[in-house]
Amino acid sequence: MRAARPAIGNGMLEIRHTDQGLELELTGEWRALQFTQLDAAIAGLDLKGARLVEIFAERLQALDLSGAWRLREFIKRTRAAGVEVTFRGTPPDQLRLVEETLRSEGSPPEAAGPVACEEEPGIRSLAFLGRHAVLFGRDLGRDLSFVGRVSVTALRAFTSLKRLRPISIARHVYDTGITAIPIVALIAFLISVIVAYMSAQQLRSFGAEIFVVDLVTIGVLRELAVLLTSIIVAGRSGSAFAAELGSMQLNEEVDALYATGVDPFEALVLPRVVGLVIALPLLTVIADLIGLTGGALLCRFLLDMPLTQYVNRVNEAISPSTFWVGLMKAPVFAVLIAMAGCYRGMQVRDSSRELGRLTTVAVVQAIFLVIFADALFAVLFMELDI
Amino acid sequence: MIYPVLEVIGLVNRFGAQLVHDGLSMDVREDEVFGIVGGSGTGKSVLLRSILGLQRPQAGIIRIAGREITQMTLGQLHAVKARYGVTFQQGALYSSLTVLQNVQLPMIEHVDMRPAARDELAMLKIRLAGLPADAAQKYPSQLSGGMIKRAALARALALDPKLLFLDEPTSGLDPISAAEFDELILYLQKQLRLTVVMITHDLDTIFRTCNRVGVIVDRHMEVDTIERIVDHPNRWIQAYFHGARARARSERHGA
Repeated sequence: MRAARPAIGNGMLEIRHTDQGLELELTGEWRALQFTQLDAAIAGLDLKGARLVEIFAERLQALDLSGAWRLREFIKRTRAAGVEVTFRGTPPDQLRLVEETLRSEGSPPEAAGPVACEEEPGIRSLAFLGRHAVLFGRDLGRDLSFVGRVSVTALRAFTSLKRLRPISIARHVYDTGITAIPIVALIAFLISVIVAYMSAQQLRSFGAEIFVVDLVTIGVLRELAVLLTSIIVAGRSGSAFAAELGSMQLNEEVDALYATGVDPFEALVLPRVVGLVIALPLLTVIADLIGLTGGALLCRFLLDMPLTQYVNRVNEAISPSTFWVGLMKAPVFAVLIAMAGCYRGMQVRDSSRELGRLTTVAVVQAIFLVIFADALFAVLFMELDI
Repeated sequence: MIYPVLEVIGLVNRFGAQLVHDGLSMDVREDEVFGIVGGSGTGKSVLLRSILGLQRPQAGIIRIAGREITQMTLGQLHAVKARYGVTFQQGALYSSLTVLQNVQLPMIEHVDMRPAARDELAMLKIRLAGLPADAAQKYPSQLSGGMIKRAALARALALDPKLLFLDEPTSGLDPISAAEFDELILYLQKQLRLTVVMITHDLDTIFRTCNRVGVIVDRHMEVDTIERIVDHPNRWIQAYFHGARARARSERHGA
């Protein structure tokens, strides 16, 4: 009893209208990869006025679980709408499998979203404030305990050479220091060129070009060399520390160290901190040298100042304290950078997303801490009149 | 012509001076469970990586459902990848996604689907893999080893593939969980008419689930049914199936 209406349905369905309702012939491949067409074909069915839907599945070439699930959903909906559904021939086996799987454990779970709390706006903002205050306090406690822990480990380690792990320290001096020389030197050169160039433009109108030397020398030695070096190192090594320790956490390597009786703070954190404390001042000296060289070159070629005059002017402009004021900040910055990197790295838990997030936090915090500490130093030195 | 589901002919893999595979051949037939066995460092994982297109072999032919994959472009491979499911040894679940999202990822990548249908289909796969419904919203770090294996299996089944690759499916599981996992694989293999290729070291798993076994020895593969391979004269194969552990096993089982 072929019906008059032509077949439609994306090559997935052949539809025949009878006086009772519909006959559906399933054809083609009902697979997950064809789900889009399948879904559209079924959704396009018009059941209006139908009392009976008869399904033939004999000509189906393939039916996988996704296809069977969609068929089952259609049958369920149709039956719920009060239309009878029957199979001509045996229903496909996959339907039974879907049925069994879904029945095996009660009803599907309700969507597990966050528990909605209905509070008044005033209460909610108060709760927000309170929660963040508590979280902040807890974080601060953790920060301090990390610093304390590193300090205790350091005190203990300095009593014996074996605990200090000189080989590990040397590796970190190499990784954070030696390999950073090219980029640090380049940046130091460029920054001194920028300062010299800009100040020369301004001072020329007063005929006071000689003070370009003062600006470059004092600027580079006191502030710029150490600050920019620290920022580069925070980006290079702070992130490396966080990522290294973080992936060790994810790999349970840190737990393995604990289990072996090795204190990870002694084996992982302290060598990095000490290594950077050694490397950063050395990098700063290099940056100082290159910065002064850059200033000299620019004065020579831009201002036509003889080199001897430049050297004399440098000697007049600075005292030994200018150099030391810059340099003594380096170990402090190194501790801040290394601590931020290691601390965030050790905090990584569970997922690679945490690793990325905490590495970012490590770098941002390291740079912030460096600049903040630099501001404190500036105030301190001014008060001390150095 | 009817091709085997998976066919490897004359595979050669070399890393520098180290020759891993030298003319390795195997074929996997429809509806069978094929076990790949070999000592550590014999290149089981390299073989799997070659078949999955993660690594280009120096020579040889690999056909999946009759299509040669070693010469395919990445775009062509993409379509082939929707036709098989893989579980990795450590699960390799995406740690920043929930189990449900993990299972949905292949669906999102390969099929344009309504979100509601995707949710329910993913749930179906999770239940099929024998996970409780509340596991769907958990992150991989909150799962036990056995649940990770099951979640990985659910993700491998996301697109209802006919071909399933399992890398050490029962490693790291206790014997009871491992046995349950064997039964699950058998159940799914029968119900979904899957072809399963598994790398495993678990003798119990091999004897329980595999129809045929391929053993990698001397850079090529000896393939035979499980009944016959145990009598293969090769020394490594003898040691593997009749060594101390195997003896202990057969004594335990009284076989």
